[in-house]
Amino acid sequence: AKNRTNQLNHLKSETTMSSSPILFVIVGKNEPLYEAEFNKLYAADNALYQNYFVLHSAIDLVEKAAWTSTAMNLRVVDKVNHQSISAFVTAGGIKFLVLHSGKSEELLKNFFADVFELYVKLTMNPFYKYDSPIVSKAFDKRVRA
Amino acid sequence: MNYGRSNAQMNILDRPLPKVAWRSNDQGTVSLSAFAYLFSELVQYHQNKVTSISDLERRLEEAGYNVGLKAVELAAFRSKEYKRETRLMSILHFVSGTIWKSLFGRAADSLERSIDNDDEYMIVDYMPITSSYISVPSDLGQLSVDSYISGIICGVLQSAGFPARVTAHNVAMDENEMANAVASSNQLLVPRTEKAVFLCKFSREVLQRDAALER
Repeated sequence: AKNRTNQLNHLKSETTMSSSPILFVIVGKNEPLYEAEFNKLYAADNALYQNYFVLHSAIDLVEKAAWTSTAMNLRVVDKVNHQSISAFVTAGGIKFLVLHSGKSEELLKNFFADVFELYVKLTMNPFYKYDSPIVSKAFDKRVRA
Repeated sequence: MNYGRSNAQMNILDRPLPKVAWRSNDQGTVSLSAFAYLFSELVQYHQNKVTSISDLERRLEEAGYNVGLKAVELAAFRSKEYKRETRLMSILHFVSGTIWKSLFGRAADSLERSIDNDDEYMIVDYMPITSSYISVPSDLGQLSVDSYISGIICGVLQSAGFPARVTAHNVAMDENEMANAVASSNQLLVPRTEKAVFLCKFSREVLQRDAALER
């Protein structure tokens, strides 16, 4: 956990230098299951909604890419302006999407692996209905850590 | 990390997932008798609530469906390679091999393709643990409690993106199959005369997509 904190702090510090927020969304079959923003810029609310829009429009591309490769980590699937979207698809068809400024591929890979592990542990909960919104605060806390 | 909190309150997200579940005997395995007992109670519970055979089968399938949805993620996580399956044959091998091993400790006995229809495939198991300890009375003659396992298969296929209808059938075994079954199993199960066949009928779009990917 400490390692991951360092990684994500590094990721955050890199992006504060480029001053762009990171947006992380987990998408199920029909609806987003979880959203988290890092480094939110309070002044730029319009840009924030646009980020969501960009992220969701990339879902089509993610699905297309998902059927051509058997790997889970699809890396960068779309580039919009100066930001890129990386995707990670689980065996169960749940997509993790991150909108970021384009640097730090390696950190993203580790981030995806860690979030995947958290997600699998969440699914082991027999009370968690598959493909339903993730409301667990513990999950939220650990993703942001 | 969590000073001042007892271990009993440790969050499920903190506990490590058992990485190697089916090889070690001490952790990650449940005793067969415990499962058989729990499963028989599950069947009895549903039997008291429904009036027809197909309803009972449907409820068992739903119970297994939820298990199947989650079993995919767990199996993929444990394999450490983080690979998904995109092709039909590979997902069938994944189900009959990996999923079977992680749930029952051994691979399925056979995977066949139906001659009549090209969208039907059959997974054969000589000794499914769900029906080994359950006897079906003659007035519920058509019932197959293996519909729990067919629900699991259905959940696995659905979450992997291959929607299919899966049904369980009891088919009589012939002589050499029975000999094979007895020889291959190292458990003392009740000798059976029937094997369980899980028929998976994939929907049209799955076949079309698979054909498109072939090119």
